[in-house]
Amino acid sequence: MRRLVTDTAIIAERNLIRLPRKPELLIAFTVQPIMFVLLFRFVFGGAINTGGTAYVDYLIPGIIVQNIAFGGFVTAIGLNEDVHKGLIDRFRSLPMARPAVLAGRTVADIVTNFLSACVLVITGVIIGFAFNAPVLHIVGGFALLLLIGYAFSWVFALVGLVATTPESANSIGFLAIFPLTFISSAFVPPATMPPVLRAFADVNPFTIFVDAMRALWIGTPPRGYVWGAVVWALVILAVFAPLAVARYRSAAGAG
Amino acid sequence: MSPPAEREAAIVVRGVTKSFGDVRALGGVDLDVPRGTVLGLLGPNGAGKTTLVRILTTLLTPDAGTATVVGYDVVGDAAALRHRIGLAGQYAAVDENLTGLENLTMVGRLYGAPRAAAKRRGAELLERFDLTDAGGRVTSTYSGGMRRRLDLAAALVAKPTVVFLDEPTTGLDPRSRLALWETIEALVSEGTTVLLTTQYLDEADRLADSITVIDHGQVIASGTSDELKDRVGGERVEVVLEDPGDAERAAAALGQMAAEAPSAADGVVSAPVRTRRGVIAEAVGLLSAEGIGMDDINLRRPTLDDVFLSLTGHAAEEPTETEEEEPR
Repeated sequence: MRRLVTDTAIIAERNLIRLPRKPELLIAFTVQPIMFVLLFRFVFGGAINTGGTAYVDYLIPGIIVQNIAFGGFVTAIGLNEDVHKGLIDRFRSLPMARPAVLAGRTVADIVTNFLSACVLVITGVIIGFAFNAPVLHIVGGFALLLLIGYAFSWVFALVGLVATTPESANSIGFLAIFPLTFISSAFVPPATMPPVLRAFADVNPFTIFVDAMRALWIGTPPRGYVWGAVVWALVILAVFAPLAVARYRSAAGAG
Repeated sequence: MSPPAEREAAIVVRGVTKSFGDVRALGGVDLDVPRGTVLGLLGPNGAGKTTLVRILTTLLTPDAGTATVVGYDVVGDAAALRHRIGLAGQYAAVDENLTGLENLTMVGRLYGAPRAAAKRRGAELLERFDLTDAGGRVTSTYSGGMRRRLDLAAALVAKPTVVFLDEPTTGLDPRSRLALWETIEALVSEGTTVLLTTQYLDEADRLADSITVIDHGQVIASGTSDELKDRVGGERVEVVLEDPGDAERAAAALGQMAAEAPSAADGVVSAPVRTRRGVIAEAVGLLSAEGIGMDDINLRRPTLDDVFLSLTGHAAEEPTETEEEEPR
């Protein structure tokens, strides 16, 4: 167990010291989500009726959940590169804790996820987003956000190990998760959708995540969403972390 | 996990098989490598060399058969074995976004060394591999040869008893290759056991104490370089003809003195002989008597190329640029 913690820390450190050396990654974390916020707020926002809530207040918790779910992309692409460049072979030949390569990656994602969440919140505040909740709830919102992001990092870890190229890792993640985030309450109220989509949106974990964030940050009625969101995140983690570690152990991918 | 006996062989492989789907990568391989020696595993692309190295370094489990490295079973004692081996792969497995020193320090710490000790060891290895000046630079700026040296250094971080080098010089320019050979020779002189895979015959010839030739997942020959060459039939007289059209007549003439039927190709006739003594004079005599003109004549030992050709029926291919060894 001590090995697991030390080795995870070593790998996390490795993934973090390279960040400032790859500025294009930092840009992907920050510029792209800002662009999306501005697009939705100013291009689509005027046409979307969110009842008593200002659209910017409705949008920020939604878009921040979408963004955090994709934070694990760095893990998918990075792991895939490690597989193809033989680094995974080297790690697997070392007497290190088996899950550490993946755990180190996903832990490093928490840091980058936190940074990008802060950038989004600041952008939101600049264009008019206002928290309407006690400080404890706001902090709790950040914690929930990071938990959701961490769970999805493991989904992407598996994608990174299974995919044959970084490009396919990219498109697998995109095709699987992007529609899920849109058919939810993230950008528009599901009540405006056709019945089939609406039924799907209502049970979509993204709806639960987003509504939990709204409950914590803008004080919309909680209705148990927060615990529902925690449970969903833990379930995703409990399913995908063992799958990814098993994949890593057996032999790192094709190619 | 009892400590292995000191005098034991470093690597013992018995009947190891491995298939990937329908592709049989290894079909029952046996291998013995005594401690402190270099075994050259020689074979063309797809022969199963990398698969065997991956099994011996605990990256793959064999379908059948057993393999032990310094007494540790590669499956049952994998965790303990990993402390004692170093692997330098076909791809230079270094993190491109870290500096040379950061790479080595990371590997040292993953072997369990404290940070300061890992850093010291890293600096020591950089010095030894002539990378001290580049040690603070991100490795994406390194040349191919520098990356290979760093990769090899990473394999040596924990002072392993056995080092596996999977095609260590594939893709390197001749000068970097020579430098890497010298490094490997220095390593061996310190008593490290090395298993080296290569498709370069000259590399095996120069570095290996004994050579195992594998093709299609089977061991087809093993022995020292000299033993393998003797198998192909020792020495031969080679004559370069003035007129390639004389090849058939020349072969017939030399047939009177040859141990086996001479062969002819591209205006060169090659005749295996039993002894060195007087054979050149005899050959010149026989050919002159037939009025056949010669540009050159010499006596030569077979190369590993000849060995390979006679064992496998095909030449050892030149490595292609895009290495796709076998299913991984």
